[in-house]
Amino acid sequence: MSTTNIPTLELHDLEVSYTVRGIDRQVLRDISFSIAPGEAYGLVGESGCGKSTVAFAAMRYLPRNGKITGGEIFFEGKSIVEIDEGDVAQLRRSAISMVYQNPSTALNPTIRIGKQIAEVFELNGASKSEAIERAQAALVQVQISDPAQVMRRYAHQLSGGMAQRVVIAMALASNPRLLVMDEPTTGLDATVEAEVLDLVRELRRDTGTAVLFISHNLGVIRNMCDRVGVLYAGTLVEQGATADLFNNPSHPYTVGLLRCIPRGGLHKSTDRLDTIPGTPPALGTKFDGCVFAARCALVDDKCRTQPPQMVTIDGAHVARCFHSDKAGSLPRSVEQIEYVPEAKGHSTKVGDTLLDISHLSKVFTQDGHRIRVINDVSLTLGVGETLGLVGESGSGKTTIAKLVLGLVEPEDGGIITLDGKGLAKTLNRRDVQDIGGIQIVFQNPDQALNRRHSVTRIVGRAVERLRGFSAQSSIKRAHELLLGMRVEASLHGARPVQLSGGLKQRVAIARAFAGAPQIVLCDEPTSALDVSVQAAILNLLVDLQKQDQTSFIFISHDLGVVRYISDRIAVLYLGRVVEFGTSQRVFNGPFHPYTEALLSSVPNIDGSTRKRIPLTGVVPSPSKPPSGCVLNPRCPRKEGSGYEALCETEEPNLTEVEPGHFMRCHVPMAKLKQLQS
Amino acid sequence: MTDETSKQTKQMELSERLAVLKKNKAFIIGASILAFWVFSAIFGKLVARYDQDFADYESISSSPSLKYWFGTDSSGRDVYSRVIIGSRIIIVISFLATLLGAFVGASLGLTAGYLKGRFDMVLMRILEAISAIPVIIIALLAVAAIGRASSVITILIIGIIFTPNVARTVRAAVLGESELEYVAAAKLRTEKTAHILFREVLPNVLPTLIVEFTVRLGYAIFAVATLSFLGAGLEAGSPDWGTQVADTWSLIFSEIWWPTLFPSLAIASIAVSINLISDALLEVFEL
Amino acid sequence: MLRFIVKRVGLSILTLVIVSVIIFLMTSILPGDIAKQTLGRDASPEAYEIWNKEKGFDKPLVVQYGRWMGGVMTGDLGTSFKFALPVSEVLGPAAAKSAQLAIVALILIAPISILGGIAAAMNRGKKVDRMLTVGGLSAAVIPEFVWGVILILIFGVVFRVFPVSAFPNEENPNLINSVYHLLLPSIALLFVLFGYISRITRAGVIEALDSDYMRTAVLKGLSRKTAVFRHVLRNALLPTIAVIATQVPYLVGGLIAIERVFNYPGFGNTLLKAVIARDFPLLQSAVFLTGVVVVCFQLIADILFAVLNPRIRQRVTE
Repeated sequence: MSTTNIPTLELHDLEVSYTVRGIDRQVLRDISFSIAPGEAYGLVGESGCGKSTVAFAAMRYLPRNGKITGGEIFFEGKSIVEIDEGDVAQLRRSAISMVYQNPSTALNPTIRIGKQIAEVFELNGASKSEAIERAQAALVQVQISDPAQVMRRYAHQLSGGMAQRVVIAMALASNPRLLVMDEPTTGLDATVEAEVLDLVRELRRDTGTAVLFISHNLGVIRNMCDRVGVLYAGTLVEQGATADLFNNPSHPYTVGLLRCIPRGGLHKSTDRLDTIPGTPPALGTKFDGCVFAARCALVDDKCRTQPPQMVTIDGAHVARCFHSDKAGSLPRSVEQIEYVPEAKGHSTKVGDTLLDISHLSKVFTQDGHRIRVINDVSLTLGVGETLGLVGESGSGKTTIAKLVLGLVEPEDGGIITLDGKGLAKTLNRRDVQDIGGIQIVFQNPDQALNRRHSVTRIVGRAVERLRGFSAQSSIKRAHELLLGMRVEASLHGARPVQLSGGLKQRVAIARAFAGAPQIVLCDEPTSALDVSVQAAILNLLVDLQKQDQTSFIFISHDLGVVRYISDRIAVLYLGRVVEFGTSQRVFNGPFHPYTEALLSSVPNIDGSTRKRIPLTGVVPSPSKPPSGCVLNPRCPRKEGSGYEALCETEEPNLTEVEPGHFMRCHVPMAKLKQLQS
Repeated sequence: MTDETSKQTKQMELSERLAVLKKNKAFIIGASILAFWVFSAIFGKLVARYDQDFADYESISSSPSLKYWFGTDSSGRDVYSRVIIGSRIIIVISFLATLLGAFVGASLGLTAGYLKGRFDMVLMRILEAISAIPVIIIALLAVAAIGRASSVITILIIGIIFTPNVARTVRAAVLGESELEYVAAAKLRTEKTAHILFREVLPNVLPTLIVEFTVRLGYAIFAVATLSFLGAGLEAGSPDWGTQVADTWSLIFSEIWWPTLFPSLAIASIAVSINLISDALLEVFEL
Repeated sequence: MLRFIVKRVGLSILTLVIVSVIIFLMTSILPGDIAKQTLGRDASPEAYEIWNKEKGFDKPLVVQYGRWMGGVMTGDLGTSFKFALPVSEVLGPAAAKSAQLAIVALILIAPISILGGIAAAMNRGKKVDRMLTVGGLSAAVIPEFVWGVILILIFGVVFRVFPVSAFPNEENPNLINSVYHLLLPSIALLFVLFGYISRITRAGVIEALDSDYMRTAVLKGLSRKTAVFRHVLRNALLPTIAVIATQVPYLVGGLIAIERVFNYPGFGNTLLKAVIARDFPLLQSAVFLTGVVVVCFQLIADILFAVLNPRIRQRVTE
């Protein structure tokens, strides 16, 4: 490690352009920051702001249509903008490494893991056998428990978390002085993400490597980095020590971003989320003044005509804003909807049970194996309430949604009752009223909206079929619905591709409301959206619910979002409901051991530290569930509870441990409370 | 960031794509050549200089000259005029055969891809068996079985033989589409299967189908020309290009190359023109 | 793995059974009276009847099909009408001749096409790429006989450097002489197949070049050349070799016109003679033989692909 004051990485007025269809589009402008040896620098921003471009520029690995048009990149004081490919390769081999999103595709599918890691050592001059030995040691370093076995595997035989450990091992193999991490945990489940982040933190402590950490997730950045830069439209708008920046955000964009996030404790009943009006500028937009002027509540003429320079807030904390002193008191941005609700076919009042799911199961057959993906799920949902479904990938959230919708047929014995009336198992045996009564907003509007149809047609056709309106009145109602969701009239003739992600999701919501539904399922409706857009969609859903008592089943992996919007929560693990109760009960404890582990793994945006309760091992395959309680091999509370034998032999039932709070656990409430305090 | 740039190209509107197509050099060349042959096929008499059966016994097998641009054949007929007139037969037969194959294939592919299950399995087995025999050979077998060559039979045979290829392409596209959630959304507003297939899925599969059509059209030209060259495609003595080559090619050893070369080049030019068009479509629609 | 192979072989046999039924039905049900075609229109009805009885065409279709398939199993393919010889004795030598031509052609085609595909992929979007892909596919849509005619014209008539017949006149031609004669027809086949094989290769190489693991390799510090060799070609080419096997139907189909143009006494020419003579025993077996060849190559391609791809190999083994 270098002991001088020379920064490991320094960017000076960096400018990068992409050539798209013959036109140069600037994606980075005047980016300047530096990372000291051993320091972790976080770069945060929404999609399209250019954060990955910074990462790849630092690696000298821009796409073929990208080029550095100005500025400098210094690595340990030496410029790397002009050096030739051979020197770049040498640098990557010995000094700078990178870890990126989607670890499973980052590994070669046809070469064994061991050989892929050994390759790095061989590049640096190790003999073949020595390289293999060191590769195994590298796997030990990233805490893989059975390295010899993993060495012989192929990429597809690894779980996402395991693959990311392998990629990290490979990156560390060269003893790099700089590690560039581009969204290293995006796409991983919360508990796996927490493990990978813990590992990175430990490795940093052990190796003293400087890190450029890139993420859209403010919580992750806050927990991982010493200093943070906020990127908007290819421009660094604010920079400072992590605590300073998060506690005293001084650029209106940073302020808005932090306010958008449904953080711990906020709930729809009392708090409304802020939004950032408008949408981020398209790639290569030219600016006369401040890049954020078009969406800023503090904007004045100067902002529109003159680009602001970085001003010092406090020590090393800087913001690129003329009005940074006023940023903290940025006016709140609140938008209201103009939705005209329709009378519902049924007469029920808020709180009455609307949907009753009991003993729902689903078995899929794959290659001759029977896989029980949903096992004996029972849930209830009240009128005007939101039921949040949380759980990691493979827990069966989406399958439950499909069962409720009738898209997938449940096993015999499962009963779904809507407003006291039993529903047919499959869609084609349900009547129009039942079908229109339960609708869905899918995660990915690009797939959920037919790209060949206009927005009016997409919504209008749903009105026509579900409400039995004439073609003309359907179109009228469609326009009404779209305007209610704040989709301007000028966009009603557009095709989905012409709309931004947020607008597309509004169209999808309008379609879901076309049949005056009693229940709308929301399957990760904001996961594909940036946080500033997410807030607006969440507000819209909350408003809709307030106006006509629509009930929601809200599926999300984001616990903050679920906590904000839900009245009741069901926690799923391996196709089973392990905990079910009011939002408050589930989030305040005592918790089911799995819920406890899940909650403790979420990186906290408030900066408070909290002990993580780890889940050991990997999620078992639903085709071979463990005997006894399905959580028992990984359970953080089994040992020392006094119920070990029972946990390993008998599956617990979902029992009411206190009024309105259900748990599937052998360990009694009192004992859990004691263990968790 | 590379994701975003590629996303931008994917989000092109149809009108934009057509504009790009119009600037594509390969497309312009291909379309011009094809347009010439289609014009000749329709208004052959205007472009030709002599009647197809007109024979000048004074100049038999005469080399290309001002009077006979492409020379004359061994019966003294004008090669140029016969090449022009011959375009109609190959274009009409190839087009109808492709249309038949595309229609039947697309219908089967749509149904198989959407319904899946047993129907799909049985159909795919049969189609696989058909495509295990090379096109030319199965056509020859059919001609032998029926006992004579005729244009109607050629259309039917080539159309049927193309069915598996079209069906497979369309089926794959439909399988991909029916995974998308807009299909589930259509079911959730009580749409009938036929509506989902034809109004929801088909428009999204259409670009694939159009490109497949042009690719098949190219193959149809290939197959019709080859069959008629082998004497198994058309009625004997028909003035089409393949037959012309078959009737004259032994003369090239006596260095009388023109009656063979020009119809050969005609076949090559129309096949290449269609290929250039389908290639450009493929590129513009990013399939 | 064994289970996978058994299943694949089973499916191939099923395909061949369907192929045989299609061939049989085409010759039996399609309009056109074989007896009339063979004996001519002027023969008496009695003569037709006797002929049909003699050949077994009076029996029910199922019996006829059973006899044919039974014969195929035991190696007895019946007697050719035209050559008055057992079909196997006519077909065998002809098929061997065609195999020679096909092998010479493949030895020429496979490496050139694969190299062309790699060259196009490595120069993606540049002039070389456009020329190879557009040129290659344009050449591929021009029928073999047109290529044959053009090649003969250029090399056989104008320059007189290559023999125009694919078959040497000498009694006992040596290997070099044979190959020399096969070269021109092989080049014609090359023109037709180059476009497809190089396009498949190009797509495979580009997919690997664009992959995340290629990025990983480069960012590990491998030089681009090493990364391409170790990570791209390995992943892209092994499946390509398997895919070449699926191009065999085109090759077999192409042989017919090529053998006719170059006057080569192979399988294609024999089949053509059988068509003209309406020699159905010979024709049925010849067409079925092409089906067998094609299905076998597809089977080999499938198995090869599974063996080379760890993902499939594993799923298959489990």
